[in-house]
Amino acid sequence: MSVLGSSIKRREDPALITGKGKYTDDFSAPGMLHAVMVRSPFGHARVKAIDIAAAAGAPGVAAVYTAANITASGTPGVIPTAWLLPNLKTPAHTLLATDRVRYVGHPVAVLLAESRAAATDAAALVKVDYEPLPAVVDPKAAVAEGAPLLYDEAPGNIAFDWELGDKAATDAAFSGAAKTATLTFRNNRTLPHAIEPRAALAAWDSENGKLTLTMTSQNPHVHRLLMTIASLGLPEHKIRVIAPEVGGGFGSKIHHYADEAIAAWCSIQIKRPVKWTATRTESNLTDAHGRDHWSTAGIAIDGDGKIVGLRIETHAAMGAYLSTFAPAVPTYLYGTLFSGQYDIPAIHVHVIGTFTNTAPVDALRGAGRPEATFAVERMMDAGAAAAGLDPAEFRRRNFIQPDAFPYQTQVALAYDSGNYPQALDKALKLADYDGLRARQAERRADPKGGKLLGIGLSSYIEACGIAPSAVVGSLGAQAGLWESAKVRVHPSGSVTVYSGSCAHGQGHETTFSQIVSDRLGIDMDQIDIVQGDTEEVQFGMGTYGSRSAAVGGSAIVKSLDKIIAKGKKIAAHLLEASVDDIEFENGEFKVKGSPGQAKAWGEVVLNAYLAHNLPEDLEPGLEETSFYDPANFTYPFGTHVAIVEIDPETGEIEILRYVAVDDCGNQINPMIVEGQIHGGIAHGLGQALWEEARYDESGQLTSGTLLDYALPRAHHLVTYELEHTVTPCPHNPLGVKGIGEAGAIASPAAVANAVCDALKPFGVDHVDMPFTPEKIWRTLQGRGS
Amino acid sequence: MGITISVEVNGTTYEREVEPRTLLVHFLREELRLTGTNVGCETSLCGACTVHLDGLAVKSCTQLAVQADGAKITTIEGLADNGSLHPMQQAFWDEHGLQCGYCTPGMIMAATKLVEDNPDASEDDIRHGLKGNLCRCTGYQNIVKAVASAAKAGGAR
Amino acid sequence: MFPSAFDYHRASSIDDALDLLASHSEAKFLAGGHSLIPMMKLRLAEPGVLIDIGRLDELKGISEDNGSIRVGSLTTHAALAASEALRRDCPILAEAAALIADPQVRNKGTIGGNIAHADPASDLPAVLVALGATIHLKSKSADRPVAAADFFVDLLATSLADNEIMTAIEIPKLGAGTGSAYLKVEHPASGYAVCGAAALITIANGSVSAAKLAFNGVTAIPFAADGVSEALLGSDAGDEAVDRAMAALAVADPMSDSYASGEYRTALARAYGKRAIRAARDRAA
Repeated sequence: MSVLGSSIKRREDPALITGKGKYTDDFSAPGMLHAVMVRSPFGHARVKAIDIAAAAGAPGVAAVYTAANITASGTPGVIPTAWLLPNLKTPAHTLLATDRVRYVGHPVAVLLAESRAAATDAAALVKVDYEPLPAVVDPKAAVAEGAPLLYDEAPGNIAFDWELGDKAATDAAFSGAAKTATLTFRNNRTLPHAIEPRAALAAWDSENGKLTLTMTSQNPHVHRLLMTIASLGLPEHKIRVIAPEVGGGFGSKIHHYADEAIAAWCSIQIKRPVKWTATRTESNLTDAHGRDHWSTAGIAIDGDGKIVGLRIETHAAMGAYLSTFAPAVPTYLYGTLFSGQYDIPAIHVHVIGTFTNTAPVDALRGAGRPEATFAVERMMDAGAAAAGLDPAEFRRRNFIQPDAFPYQTQVALAYDSGNYPQALDKALKLADYDGLRARQAERRADPKGGKLLGIGLSSYIEACGIAPSAVVGSLGAQAGLWESAKVRVHPSGSVTVYSGSCAHGQGHETTFSQIVSDRLGIDMDQIDIVQGDTEEVQFGMGTYGSRSAAVGGSAIVKSLDKIIAKGKKIAAHLLEASVDDIEFENGEFKVKGSPGQAKAWGEVVLNAYLAHNLPEDLEPGLEETSFYDPANFTYPFGTHVAIVEIDPETGEIEILRYVAVDDCGNQINPMIVEGQIHGGIAHGLGQALWEEARYDESGQLTSGTLLDYALPRAHHLVTYELEHTVTPCPHNPLGVKGIGEAGAIASPAAVANAVCDALKPFGVDHVDMPFTPEKIWRTLQGRGS
Repeated sequence: MGITISVEVNGTTYEREVEPRTLLVHFLREELRLTGTNVGCETSLCGACTVHLDGLAVKSCTQLAVQADGAKITTIEGLADNGSLHPMQQAFWDEHGLQCGYCTPGMIMAATKLVEDNPDASEDDIRHGLKGNLCRCTGYQNIVKAVASAAKAGGAR
Repeated sequence: MFPSAFDYHRASSIDDALDLLASHSEAKFLAGGHSLIPMMKLRLAEPGVLIDIGRLDELKGISEDNGSIRVGSLTTHAALAASEALRRDCPILAEAAALIADPQVRNKGTIGGNIAHADPASDLPAVLVALGATIHLKSKSADRPVAAADFFVDLLATSLADNEIMTAIEIPKLGAGTGSAYLKVEHPASGYAVCGAAALITIANGSVSAAKLAFNGVTAIPFAADGVSEALLGSDAGDEAVDRAMAALAVADPMSDSYASGEYRTALARAYGKRAIRAARDRAA
């Protein structure tokens, strides 16, 4: 069996299961100081004065700094956004707040002390004179007349007003439609809540003018670049960013935040190493959150149950400042997905991004695509109801057909491949959909009532491996979205790969080694994967957006192909054959059609380094670097089915079963693929059933700790039933698409459709997430079936 | 004011002066440099800091180091026996029961006691037995599988 | 995550603990620490002095005499859940203890610490009220037994005086013919009770001779639904009789928060009170 496609156990694990994995907070340095931030307790306030005297004199305190110190140091001190939209308002966001705080948790001062406990004690002694201001926390309320204004330069709190699709055609489709349905819904704000809080250890080497920053990062090169150009002003080659083991990210460790930059600035200022580790509360207050939309959507259908138009208007919260990729999330990662798996002739998407007195909102597992899938799949159920069709049948009638690829949607994307009916059929069969519907009908007919059975479908599509660079550049990205890989073949034939991807749980060391082993025919133990260190790895873009296999893996393949090509030249020279006649198979360079005429991998490699006998035009050595820029996104898809039961007396919901059929193209390591699906499903079930980052009117995060914020636990969940289909990606060398986000994209809509399906006999057409028991109970009060 | 305590951690006895407010998890991580035990929350709800204290699984973030004076403690670093993995560690590896690994030490320490207390634990027992430990990566499916398989393999050794 | 600094004293006996308490006005007892330390980590509690009573063996353990079971105040939830004596003669206390938080917390949290904290959403108070337990308090001058129903006076407030320590909880054994059940709706985040229903039913000659229903999580102190209990007396405890009795449920001042309003908690009390009574009835048979 090929090493590619095998469920090989992870090589990452021996260190992690024995406590030897080193995460950022596990590191320390001689002379290290501990940084603790003083943060705004107000959602919105003017900062009139800051008195640091008492804190500065407290035991163990080495320094207390405010924004004035950073300004005085001449450091740029800015946290920028890295995705620009037309007419985007980009108010300045500084490392420490100057005269105004705009969210609870906004840092106003930093203390350095000999211990974290001492710094925590002294932080309470910093006296900040705040003048509280009215706050606005809801993305729709933010644009209302008279709403408190966050920035003078953003009237109406509008950061951007963005459209995609053909409004006139869509309006016409609605006017001429046989039936239409409209829903207004919320996509609830959630916390990323990686179990490892964010942290940074900054060590300034004043002899060499060099900063080493160990931090919780999904993309150390991006962090280094933003530190250089916006926050610290140090030359890029004088900053080394290391992402050691990273305890989960889910997007939250992509973004460039103030705290890590403040720790770095402090180390430079005080010339000692400085460590900052967020408490859980700090992480929850300052990590970029996800979702937070209000939307109204409409679907228009003809007399045959075919969709003729889809439209949506969304108010999306940006929070108190524009985080790194924030503007892209509710626009290009959202609006472009509104064709779903369906052939829809007219689509219009309108998104208003608004500033709110909350933590910023940015990419979080799925980033825009869960929100889009939720909207599309809820509208599919609304459309099915309007058409009087079963939700499965309505989807089937509207699928893009397998022979219609490549398929150009009305919202910019060109889907490369897919077989949507196949995934739906497989999911329905696995779920025993017909049997479930029969059971549901029986139960509904039973006069004794009992628990309400709900069945929900979610046929999702995602655009992953965000690319190509020229396209994203034209859409506003201030970075390319390619990936790099350097393959270094050592003289004795073993291999080190330097990848710009940066795993934080995805298992790259295993899967990337499988790719190399497969291509070169050498054992896994002859291969090392290096990632997460700007000093070792050439520039790279990092891990997010389900891009590492499709883009990072393809970059490795590209370098391996160059290695093999060079090896062929050497082998041809040694074998006195034509290069065109050399083939590389199972670790051997062979002359086609001449059995026995071959050179082993090791011999060719050694010759490359000995360089005693190389073709004239060939340099010695065997090392290749590639920058792979994909031709298109990849388009994973699938159908998930949630089966729930509701206790009508209390509104409590039980997930009975969860069925998922996913297609991520070829699978490098099915065990890892399944693990990613499990995690994604749980993440989405969390959003659907329990998780909500709630702010009160004054801007207090009222669900900021685990006492109030319910992360899914083992006993809340069930064993998911998985199957898959394989439709390889046609445009990357591995035929892979990405799987890290699929579960989180599909599952909220599946659960929402199941819950609304259970409540259908009561005349309920929609309930907003999270489906807390009281919400369901209230919905049922006073309604008879 | 420091207080001198003596604890046996992973078979080695340490005598150290600690501030009374020092939490056991900080004592382990910072004083003894045993950084395998992690901190994921501050409300005693994530379980990443789970260790064995006098034979019981406990959250080391909800213990003062002074309370542990005289105690025998095992952390994740002390679970393997002379380099051979504990069956629970082996099962987490075999069943892909971890991704980022941050919750894993606490999860394994909780799971070993779960299986010791209930060698025939059902899936439901396992899920409820792990309710004090959060994982954001795995969706728990392979963790539950790992614990069940360790139980079968005699994880309560 | 870092408690404020405090002075630490380890008590060597109950008398020593009471002496230390008398000589430090800002002192708090530290037992298992699972109510106090979480508050100290968030600096919601900043006691100047902690008196560690965690090693006082005389406060630990479960013992029996003829009609009752005596549970030392330092007995852990795990020990309650595993106690043979409780499982046999007072299973509801073991059942409720097994539902508290999670295994790690149950290994350290104590019954005394739990009820002294008097969190309305914890699991033991209503059970102790339903059982008619007696809380034994001790000062330097006197021993003072207090009925569980009188112990809880308000949200996070008990009748434990500033100069007292809790020594034990005395629980009457449940006789033959008595069934009990504790059912809980758990907060998905904290694991605390949004509504916990404790029911005891004694059936003699086919009809209810004694009944008790009490709730955690619904009101600021454990709430005994005596109207329901009385309405059950003499009935056959059949489903219809239970439904009729539940009509007597009247919840005054239910607690309300963002997860569950007072109205909803009342609805939960109605549903789970009924279910707990039915379960207790089935076990009484």
